[in-house]
Formats: sequence, structure tokens, C-alpha cells
Amino acid sequence: MNRQAQAVVMLLFGGAVVKASVTDMYLRYVKEGLRPFLIAAGVLLIAAAVMTLFYDLRKPSDSHDHDHGDGKPHREPRVGWFLILPVLGLLLVAPPALGSYAAGQAGTALSGQQQMSDYPPLPEGDPARITVLDYASRAVFDKGTSIGDRRVQLTGFIAQGADGQPILARIILSCCAADGRPIKVGMSGDAPNGLAADTWVEVVGKYTDRTATDPVNDESIPFIEVESWRQIDPPKQQYE
Amino acid sequence: MKGISAVTAVDPGTDQEARGTKEAPRRLFGDRIGSVEVLAVVLVLLVLFRNPLADAISNPRLQTWTTVFVSVMVQAVPFLVFGVALSAVIAVYVPRSFWSKALPKHPALAVPVASGAGVILPGCECGAVPIAGSLIRRGVTPAAALAFLLAAPAINPIVLTATAVAFPNNPEMVVGRGVASLIVAMIMGWLWLRLGRAEWIRLPHRPDLDGVPRGQAFWAAVRHDIVHAGGFLVVGAMAAATINVVVPERWLQTLADNPVLSILALAVLAVLLSICSEADAFVAASLSQFSLTSRLVFLVVGPMVDLKLISMQAGVFGRRFAFRFAPTTFAVCVLIAVAVGAVLL
Repeated sequence: MNRQAQAVVMLLFGGAVVKASVTDMYLRYVKEGLRPFLIAAGVLLIAAAVMTLFYDLRKPSDSHDHDHGDGKPHREPRVGWFLILPVLGLLLVAPPALGSYAAGQAGTALSGQQQMSDYPPLPEGDPARITVLDYASRAVFDKGTSIGDRRVQLTGFIAQGADGQPILARIILSCCAADGRPIKVGMSGDAPNGLAADTWVEVVGKYTDRTATDPVNDESIPFIEVESWRQIDPPKQQYE
Repeated sequence: MKGISAVTAVDPGTDQEARGTKEAPRRLFGDRIGSVEVLAVVLVLLVLFRNPLADAISNPRLQTWTTVFVSVMVQAVPFLVFGVALSAVIAVYVPRSFWSKALPKHPALAVPVASGAGVILPGCECGAVPIAGSLIRRGVTPAAALAFLLAAPAINPIVLTATAVAFPNNPEMVVGRGVASLIVAMIMGWLWLRLGRAEWIRLPHRPDLDGVPRGQAFWAAVRHDIVHAGGFLVVGAMAAATINVVVPERWLQTLADNPVLSILALAVLAVLLSICSEADAFVAASLSQFSLTSRLVFLVVGPMVDLKLISMQAGVFGRRFAFRFAPTTFAVCVLIAVAVGAVLL
């Protein structure tokens, strides 16, 4: 791969990174906080490509065109060809955010580590809008005490539970989708039925003390007693 | 100086030059086609076959693979690019004499100083590899540069803060991680002084930057390292995505109960998953069925040995180096982390 080809690949890669980070596409892969760094890195890649082309096209004027002593021609890194793959991934394929397949592969990510000694009161409003992670932690570690009789609204996607019943799931990220782990909540009562996996829903319901066990890691999956639900478009930020 | 001639001989600027016989070894596609043309054809084909390609990966498993692969790359890009830029600054703007003043003369003393200096580089492991390569080029003793390479991604404030957040009930994990990582970095530096051989490290030929205008030298270093380290990062990201998709979490469950197996399992998992050192604490926290000691092993091994690092080290330092350095580091990491875990946890 000669310098000009390297410049083209860097230009495409930088362009793909900038494109993904000025649109909301980057949210499928990483946390929101990375955005300024992504834009800066993309711009630097583009600058490196432009400067490489600039020096390369200007250069033939000099006359130092001979081997450097050891008789061996220099080999430009061939491994650079691999850089086409992330460009392809970002510009042509643009894979979706992790969904029900990933949720089925991994155990629910509630663990003793997230346990708090006491939970703050639910936010105002009826129903109170909370995250799936918040609901699941309150339900499992607080036995629903801090939820009480309030109605809560959760947003997540449909995934297949162990018994074939649909469950509500949401992927939480700490850094990028490679460490994405699902939070799972079972649904009883007027649960959405017959929806395809990965359909996004808003569920309104109350705490129930029913739980199930995630067969993947033996952690407990709390339930919500669903009163109503509606199908929604996938949110901009699909991770919690 | 051979400097100027090296830069220009390296690389044919035009196609006429590219057809010269001295370029023969890197020709894959005959004499007449240069890499720009190959690249153009590849890109046109990709755009033309976009739809069949998208259909081919609509299978949820492949789709998850692609998502994980792309996200590892996206996550790593800022660290790679800024690490490369910093290493280019070291290569071009920091005079060689600076390092001989900044580091103790005796290599054995330079090792702990370089390990401690890792504190100031907030980032993950992808950026540390080109920086360490650059340090060696600038005359820093390899032992100190390697100690820095191992320590920087593990003991910097961002990573330790993330660890504290992930283990709110076990602050000793933060101490254990910092202490064990620092000890491993120093042991590896000193081991290199005793056993290492300079010829194992083969830095790829980078255009010799002396005697070239500084701006040009800077961009030449940036281009070379991005393409080189970036290419190996792609290989590592593909490996990590594959492991992420094909190793079901259920397998881990059966290993968690046995104390020895659980330590080995998490050590190997840290290598295979290749998670960024800023995120691995959260993953370790979620592996709650495992003992704290085995999770400490996970946190110590991860930033020092993993698939994408091995791939990048093989690219930046040479294969003979990587295939000796990575297994040794792995063994030292496991031993030290278990020892620190026995004392602290």
C-alpha cells in the first residue's frame, strides 16, 4: 500500500468517524461522552490524509530517490489494508445497536455490586418514568420498597425470555458495545404479546414480587405487573 | 546523514516510480497496478455489492459480531489517534537529550520511574503501544519503555476511578489493581534487563525523521503509525468480536465455583475479550459469580495482555518480541495479582 492509498484509507476512515459522530449513529456503538473526542480524532485523520497527499504530490521535485544503503527496498505496511474494514462497517453496513440476540446470549447484569443501601424516592409524575436498570435494582435489592404502590413507566425492547414469554430488556454500556450487558425485566398482567423481538415498547405498570431466574447466570429477573403498553420508535439513545 | 534519502526512497510518490523494479517485493497484483488502483476497485465493488453484503450479515449473530467489531474500533479510534499524535510529538519535537535527563542513568532505576510515569497518561492500551515504540526509537532503554507500556493503561487516574465506581463496596480492588499492575510493570522491566535481547525488538522501518522539515516529519510519523498500529488494531478488534459472539456466558458459570479454575478462566477471558482498560472494571463487576481475587486477575491481565495488544505489539515491536513478551507478562500478571489478592482481599 503506497502513501497515496494510505492517505485515501485514512481520509475514508476519518470521514466515516466524523460522519458517525455528527449524526447520532455513534450512539449505537459508544457512550455519548466520547463524541468530542471522536470528532477530533476524525478531523486529525483527515488532516493526516490531506498532509500526506500534500507532501506526496509536491515531493517529486526533490531528487533523493535512491535506496537507503542496505539495498532492501522499504515495505510500506501491508496490514494497513485492514483499515478498509471499519470504513466498510461504518459507511456501508452501519450495524444496528445491540438488541435481543445479545440480550439472550448474556445474563442479566444486575449484580450485588450495584446494590445501594437506600434508594432515593421515585421521580415525580404518574407514571414515574424510570430506567429499566433503576426499576430492576429497586425491585431486586430493595424488594420494591422504594417503588411502593406507584405506577412506573419503563422503555425497552422485546426479547425472548427463558420460558418463551416476551421480556422487556435494555442493554447497559459502560464504554462501548463490546461491554454491553442486558438488564431483563419479566412482564406479567397485560403484557405485550405477539410482538417481534427488538420491537421497542413503553410499558406502564406496578411492582410485583414475582421473580424468575436467568438461566445464563442464575441472577434473578424481577417482574413488572403491566397495566398498559404501547409500541414506540427506537429511541435515539438505545443504551442505558 | 542518510535521513533525507531514506524518506524519499521509502515510497514511490508517483506511478512511474511505483513501476520501478525496486518495488517488486510488495507487488501483489502484477506490475502495472498500484495500490491506489486496487483500492479504487475494491471500493467500487463494495458499493456495488452493498445490498447483497447487507443481506449476508442480516443473521443476528453476524450482525452482533459487526456491531461489536465496529464499536471496538470506534471506541479505540480516539485513543489510537491521540496516542499516535503524542508519539509523533515525542519522535519529532522532543529532543533525544530530554530522555537522558528525565530518566535516571541506571536502567534498573529508570524502570520504576517509567512505571510511575504511567500515571500521567490518561488513556487505554491502544495509545500506549505506539508511544512506547517511539520512546525506544528515541533512545530510551527498552526496559523502561516496556514498563511504561504496561503501567500506563492500568494505573492512570481515569482507569482507577472507573474501578472505584464499578466496585463501590470494595475500595480495596482499586488499591489492589494499582499496586499489582505497578509491580508487574516493574518486574517485566527488570526481567527485560536480565533476559531481554535487543534483537528481539524489530521496530518497523519508519521514515528516518532527521533532516526533514519538522512539519513533514510529524505527519509522516502520524501516517505511518496510524496505518500500521491501526491495521493491527483492526485484526485485534475482529478477534475480540469473534470471542464476544462465540463464547457463551454459560460456560463461565461452570468454572466460577473452582478457585483455581476461576482464576485461570478470568485471566484467559481478559486476554480474549480485549476490553478497553477504562471499561473492564464494569465487566469485572458484572462477573459477580467469580471471587474477588479472580476478578482482580482479570483487571491486571486485561490492560497488559490481550488479543488486540498482542496484535499491535507484534506489529510495532516485531513478532519475535511479542511471542516472548506476551506469555511472560501473562504469567507474571497472574502470579502477582493472586499474591496481591491474597494479601489485600
